[in-house]
Formats: sequence, structure tokens, C-alpha cells
Amino acid sequence: MANTAVADPDAGLTQRQLAERYGLTFAGARPSLAAYTRQLWSYRHFIAAYANAKVVASFSTARLGRLWQVLTPLTNAAVYFLIFGVILNTRGGVSNFIGYLCIGLFVFTFTSAAVSTGVSSISGNLGMIRAMHFPRATMPLAATLIQLQHLVTAMVVLVGIVLVTGEPITLEWLLVVPAVILQSIFNAGLALGLARVGAKIVDIKNLMPFIMRTWMYGSGVLYSVDKFAQNIHNPIAIEIVHANPLLIYIELVRHALMENAPLSSSAPRLWVMAAIWSAVIGVGGYLYFWRGETEYGRG
Amino acid sequence: MAETTTLPQHAKTTADGRRIPTVIVDDAHVIYRVHGAGSANTNTPVSALKRILTRMPAPTVREVHAVKGVTFTAYRGEAIGLIGSNGSGKSTLLRAIAGLLPVTRGAVYAQGQPALLGVNAALLNDLTGERNVALGLLAMGFSPEVVKQRTPEVIEFSGINERGDFGSLPMRTYSSGMSARLRFAISSAKDHDVLLIDEALATGDRKFRRRSEQRVRELRESAGTVFLVSHQLSTIQETCERTIWLESGVMRADGPTADVIAQYEAFTSGK
Repeated sequence: MANTAVADPDAGLTQRQLAERYGLTFAGARPSLAAYTRQLWSYRHFIAAYANAKVVASFSTARLGRLWQVLTPLTNAAVYFLIFGVILNTRGGVSNFIGYLCIGLFVFTFTSAAVSTGVSSISGNLGMIRAMHFPRATMPLAATLIQLQHLVTAMVVLVGIVLVTGEPITLEWLLVVPAVILQSIFNAGLALGLARVGAKIVDIKNLMPFIMRTWMYGSGVLYSVDKFAQNIHNPIAIEIVHANPLLIYIELVRHALMENAPLSSSAPRLWVMAAIWSAVIGVGGYLYFWRGETEYGRG
Repeated sequence: MAETTTLPQHAKTTADGRRIPTVIVDDAHVIYRVHGAGSANTNTPVSALKRILTRMPAPTVREVHAVKGVTFTAYRGEAIGLIGSNGSGKSTLLRAIAGLLPVTRGAVYAQGQPALLGVNAALLNDLTGERNVALGLLAMGFSPEVVKQRTPEVIEFSGINERGDFGSLPMRTYSSGMSARLRFAISSAKDHDVLLIDEALATGDRKFRRRSEQRVRELRESAGTVFLVSHQLSTIQETCERTIWLESGVMRADGPTADVIAQYEAFTSGK
């Protein structure tokens, strides 16, 4: 009773042979990398609309609405300034500590927020993934785009802070744009990779805050990493500290916006490392995510 | 995608009278994982620690073997009903055909991209109905120009604007019937080779049900094959000539609707 009567000339064929004869395709087969990339490109409007919708939705119940997009980075900066700038008075030999702190904080938040939204971008949208067909990479990419939107508003706030604290406007400010682009690629790769991990191992979401906090303390957000030299003498360990991608992205923005920003490596070296990091993580994360494309509906 | 280029687009059979298969399911098994299952006393920190120490599998992650070895072939021009008790794997089977839930073993072959027409498509509740429509259409692969043009049509079809301008209010203010109507309106906006309908006709008031039945008929004419999941046997009898009966993931019967429904009714009344 389990099988049906097959039309006569096709009788005797197995299901697979029948499928081949009529050119049916395996449902939910993984597209080739090129096809997947093309598909993703045709969904660029969806990514933008989804990211935008998420930002609007996240502020829709607050009375001040999208004003929070500006207020959140400002409040954040104020809290850290109160503790490290006023109470503890960590200047660390930096003339413009407020600018130094805010740049570090905002650039770091860009990555940490993209990571934490990216890691749950598959597991948190299972309803939509099980209901509609679209390239799944749109979800972590939208997560990155959401945080990029927040960074852009934070950057406007930042420009205000930097100007108030007495930095002159120079042509070097334009270097912020390539630095943010490189960091966005890095973040997208990270979000893609972690989205796949988070789809399989849901517990990673609970671990992320601790990883990110450790990363923050190692990235010279609140103080210079030169302080580590007092306790770390192993040359390999020092190399690792200096190769930290977030330290690099933060220092690039500091270098662009501030006159006397102390750098841990020379500026050209920072640019090269930033480009390598975004290429490796961007491409690697994308490939890793693509390989799992058909699995994401399973949960 | 369609390699059957030698065949006319809407022909029901080949030149020599063979029926054209659109969906072929070959011994398909679907297993999916559910997180957060388990009773209250297995979910304490102490029991979790004990589990880790004794290397027991976590009871909060449970594997559900929802479809167990289903095999059938669907042909162009057929409307196939799927019946069975709650939790018998009907919706899971539809998701597997749509390629949304991967099969664990076996295979599902389909012509083109089967589309799942559901009432449970997730939308963003904090957004207005109109934005949700636009987002849903974009997710279905429409271009922004088409989306702009189709959005009013979809809103119109869903009928949510019949009592005031609900299209510009957030979805969370909608009644369950209204949001189900909107979901159906969004997912039915596109024509497909293979159409999978999950309980969609049972939502909304009578007026909307008539309208959606009309829409399903239209879609059926342009679609090759329609699958319909419903608990209302009358809906199946009206729309489907063939019916598959699933029970606990196993196919109990596959044949003409009248025969299968008779068997099913005998089974359910016998319990």
C-alpha cells in the first residue's frame, strides 16, 4: 500500500531514476559557491530592508524611539568616562583621554554587537527559516548591517566628541572610511561563522559575553596594551597581543581621528594586518557558512 | 532550474501520454532537534552537572523522528491531501518537500522550487503590516520595484484594512485571525510549480475563507501540483482527488481520497 501505481512506461524505475529522467532536483540541495553568491547578491535588497526593519522594530516600543540610537553610545561613553577618566583617572599618557576612550569603545562595540547578534541570527530566526526560502547568509549579514547602522550614528556622536575635546579636522579623517569597511568585512565573516556554530551549539550564546569581555580587556579599549609589557615578556605573546584584529581596527580609527594617538605598531603595518584579517575572516566565515547552508532548518 | 525543457510549460502529460512527476519522495526520514524539552525536575543545575559527569545525553535536547520512510510520487495536475492525527508528521513532510527541513535519510526530488504556503510564517511583530508585507515579498525573491507595486494588492487581498487603517499599525496589535490572513496573503503572492498548503484555508472569517479558496484555485491552475494539509476532511474532499494518510510518521495509505478517508475514519472512530 505504501507505493503508488507508476505510469506504465516508467514502471520498474526506482524513485531516483524517475527523478533523473524528468530532471527533478534534490530538494534543498546546496547551490555551488558561485550560484550562492549570485543568489545572495539578488537578495541584497532583502538584507537592507531586514536590517532596517530590525532597527526600527527594536526601538518601536520606546517612547524616545530612534533617539536611543544616539543616546545609547553617549550614555555608554559617559559611564566609562566617569569610572576610568574621573574616578580612577587612568590617563595612560594620552592627552585626549575622552576621545581615546570613546573611539575604542564604539569601534569595539561594533564587533562585539555584530558577534552577539550574529551568533543567534540562525537560531533566533528559525520560524522564518523554516517557512521561507532565501539564502540563509542574509541573516548574519543583516546582523552585521544592523550594527553598522548603529556604528554610523555612533560615529556622528564621536565626531562631535572628538571636536569638542579639541582635535583639529584633517584630511586624515577620511581614513576612517576604509578602516570601517575593513572592519565590516571582518565582522561579517565572524558573524557568518559564529551563526553556523550557534545554530548547532546553542550554548555558545551563553558563553559569548565572557569571550567578548576578555577580548575587550585585551584590545586596548580602556588603556594602552603597552601596559601588558610589564608582565608579558615572551616575544610570541607580545606578537599575539599586537596582532589582535580589534586592537588594529581601534588604533586605525584613533590614528585617523586623533593627532597624538599612541600606536602599538607602525601605521602601514596596521593597515596591512587589518586587510589580512578582514580577508581571512571574511572569506573563511563565508565559506564555512555556505557549507552548512542546507542544515539550518533542522535546528 | 527546469531541465524538462522538452516539455510544454503547463502540459499535464508527455507527448506519449506519460504522467509527469513533480515531486518524488524516496524513503524519506526527517529527524529534527528540539531544544528546551524535558520536565521540570530534569532541568535543574544539579541534574545538568550529574548528566555531564555521567556523560548522559542532555534530555533538554530531544530528537524527533517525525517522518519515517515515506515514499511516493506526485504528478503534475494532481492535488494531494495529507491527513493524519495531530503530530503525525504532515507539516514536517511538507517542510521536507519544500527543502526547508533537510531529510536525514532518503531523498526528496522536486521540480523547480516548491513553495510552502503557511499561516505560521514568522513576521516581525513590532513592524507595521505594510512593512511586513514588503519584507515578506523581498524574502520570496521579488525585486524592490515589484514589491512596491504588489504591496497594496497583498494588503487589499488580506482585507486587514477593512476595519480602519490596520496596514500602518504594528502587527502586535492584530488579532490572531488578522495576522494569519496577512501571512496567507503574503505567501500566496507568487505562482509556483509545486504548492504546499498547510492548514491555510482554516483561518480567518468566512468571507476571507471564500476568498482564499478562490486564490488557491487560481494558484492550482498555474501550479503543477498542490499538497494540502488539513484537519477538515471536507476541505480535502472538495479539493483533492488523491490523499495520503500519515500516522506517527509512517504512511498508512495512499490512494483516491474517498477510499483513504474511509479508512482513516474507521481508524479514528475505532480508537
